[in-house]
Amino acid sequence: MKYTIPEQEIMCSGHKACQGCGATLAMRYALKALGPKTILTLPACCWSVIDGPFPYSAVGVPLFHTAFETAAAVASGIRAGLDMRGDTETNVVAWAGDGGTFDIGIQALSGTVERNDNVIYICYDNEAYMNTGVQRSSATPWGAVTTTTPARHFKQERKKDMIGIMAAHSIPYTASASVAYPEDFIRKLNIAKETPGAKFIHILASCPPGWKTAPELAIKLARLAVQTHVFPLYEIYEGRYYKLSMDPKKKPLIDYIKPQGRFRHLTEEQVAEMDKQVDERYDRLKEQAERSKSWFEAKKEK
Amino acid sequence: MSEEIKWESQSDMPLMAMSLGRMTVNKTGSWRNLRPVLDKEKCIKCGICWKFCPDVSISIDEEDYPVVNLDFCKGCGICATECPKDAIEMVKEE
Ligand SMILES: Cc1ncc(C[n+]2csc(CCOP(=O)(O)OP(=O)(O)O)c2C)c(N)n1
Ligand code: SF4
Ligand code: SF4
Ligand SMILES: [Mg+2]
Repeated sequence: MKYTIPEQEIMCSGHKACQGCGATLAMRYALKALGPKTILTLPACCWSVIDGPFPYSAVGVPLFHTAFETAAAVASGIRAGLDMRGDTETNVVAWAGDGGTFDIGIQALSGTVERNDNVIYICYDNEAYMNTGVQRSSATPWGAVTTTTPARHFKQERKKDMIGIMAAHSIPYTASASVAYPEDFIRKLNIAKETPGAKFIHILASCPPGWKTAPELAIKLARLAVQTHVFPLYEIYEGRYYKLSMDPKKKPLIDYIKPQGRFRHLTEEQVAEMDKQVDERYDRLKEQAERSKSWFEAKKEK
Repeated sequence: MSEEIKWESQSDMPLMAMSLGRMTVNKTGSWRNLRPVLDKEKCIKCGICWKFCPDVSISIDEEDYPVVNLDFCKGCGICATECPKDAIEMVKEE
């Protein structure tokens, strides 16, 4: 068989994730790309449970459970320790949920990126605080229902542009990814591995119980998020140069909205409002990619 | 490394929390309501089901067919949905 992603399995079966958990697939792919010489730091999140109780683990590499707000700071510390010992080869990876990244861990993350510490920060984004029972985070999309934003008061704020915030730090490399496109995710991790300094990867990870969706649709929905332009896949080099990883012909937003219980309450007008937001953001990205074209061409010639 | 870890007394325990074994001790197959069943006639051996299994429960045999490990498969149905040839059917567990 011709495999399109590395064959090696570092994460094992028997973990405690729900059926159809995207966050788990994200880890499986990440470890395939990063290999066994990797150390993870992990704040409180679903993955704290998925990995299993002491004395067992599912990841197959050293993993440090950290306080909620400190994944990036602990990663920076481990990096400094390894560097002191002359080990510049081991990948140090902070692995956190959207709550632990967009809200609670943002200051530690900002510090790590501002110092340009040589770590890879990966945020698996299931768009709410899932482990504690689906509370809204600043990564929850506009219109979604969570336990703290019930249908009559659905989320009124747009998703925070975390990659934009990273770009504003002039981070050497940042990118979005999706569990529906593992080849793309793995390619981006390989770039992150080769790039010195801080790296930030934001991967959309479907969550059947949190999104109120059927587990068998987990990958299909993550793919639809990209195809409907809700979650574009792109990269930013040096905080300035944008590149769309793919530019699919837009599918109707309703294809993505309809199968999800968290959006069930939305009226036609509200879906149209969401569609407007999606287009606005996508157009802006395309402009930024257009402006960056000459830089990528010059880079290719070199 | 997948055996259950048991200690005779507290002093056998490590001084700090550390992973001494793998989660393969935890047979998640018991969570399953639906079981994936492969129709070899339809399978084109593309490996897409293997790629998208969140539970690392599909391996590829010598003839390149996917094989489901029922000790761990949770029955999520992703493999059946993603198969481009509809070669996997989810059937009810007894
Ligand atoms: C300082 C602190 N506040 C709150 C909690 C409780 N807590 C544990 S996990 C979690 C949710 C994490 O959400 P996210 O980072 O999005 O990861 P997910 O669970 O969605 O994977 C919360 C609120 C905690 N452990 N520590
Ligand atoms: S709640 Fe969601 S993210 Fe957490 S383990 Fe379950 S499916 Fe995965
Ligand atoms: S049903 Fe889900 S857990 Fe079972 S083999 Fe298919 S993808 Fe894996
Ligand atoms: Mg979350």
